[in-house]
Amino acid sequence: MPLLFFYAARPFQRSALRCCRAASLALATWCAVLPAQALTAADQLASYAAASGQPPQNARGQEFFNTKHGHEWTCASCHTANPAIEGKHASTGKVIRPMAPAANPDRFTDAAKTEKWFRRNCNDVVGRECTSAEKADVLVWLLTFKN
Amino acid sequence: MSILSALHRPAVLLGLAAACLGAPAWAEGGVATGSRLPAYQAECAACHIAYPPGLLGAKSWQQIMGGLSKHFGADASLDAASTKAIGAWLAGHAGTGRRFSELPPGNRITKSAWFVRQHDEVSASVYKRTAVGSASNCAACHPRAADGNFDEHDVRIPK
Repeated sequence: MPLLFFYAARPFQRSALRCCRAASLALATWCAVLPAQALTAADQLASYAAASGQPPQNARGQEFFNTKHGHEWTCASCHTANPAIEGKHASTGKVIRPMAPAANPDRFTDAAKTEKWFRRNCNDVVGRECTSAEKADVLVWLLTFKN
Repeated sequence: MSILSALHRPAVLLGLAAACLGAPAWAEGGVATGSRLPAYQAECAACHIAYPPGLLGAKSWQQIMGGLSKHFGADASLDAASTKAIGAWLAGHAGTGRRFSELPPGNRITKSAWFVRQHDEVSASVYKRTAVGSASNCAACHPRAADGNFDEHDVRIPK
């Protein structure tokens, strides 16, 4: 009888083992993916500030955002001077959701997306890529907006 | 197989009927959306409607995708993999036929001869209205433009 039980239980043990392996794989994947998903604007601010080697300043960020840098547009041309409200694309007229994370929690939660838009928009507004210090300043200013 | 016997085949008949009823999609306004490449939708519709790929020929799309860093006055550059994937999809869904043999100036849909012909009753002042802005703002007058639907019956020109 014990022998019979042993054999009868084996398929269950195998499937339980498979189940366990699958679960631990899923858990490992989840853990590996988690940091990217859980990225916040504060995390991105911290990494830009660290890269710049200086403390970010929100007054400097506000000025940067609202000033022309030798080209046609400012950041505010599309995002408006109040980043807690919707903006409008200066050439296509498409509505742009608020930039301030307090008004739009999706902002600055994907590092690659943040970098893509900084690259493009700094080229349009400043005529070059922005420095880590400039990004940190703008971001720390955007984070001063509260709901 | 003779023409007559071919005409008796239901599939052929159906095809002929469809060809007769449906003028070229663009001419009818109803550009089939099909299933759009998610990357095309996500990247291009971030700034403007995702223009139906059949509104430009493959050569125009190729030039547009090759110059994204200077895209109609803005930097719309993408990573290499996305550029390649979207470019390939556009090439495969581009408009074909005689009307696309000549490239519109600046690869602008709105400068295409067929576009100008289709909109010849719209005066230049209409495009300058605040709610319109420019001819490239399809959705100002075609409410379902984002879905690739340009049906003339739906046109509502803002005052």
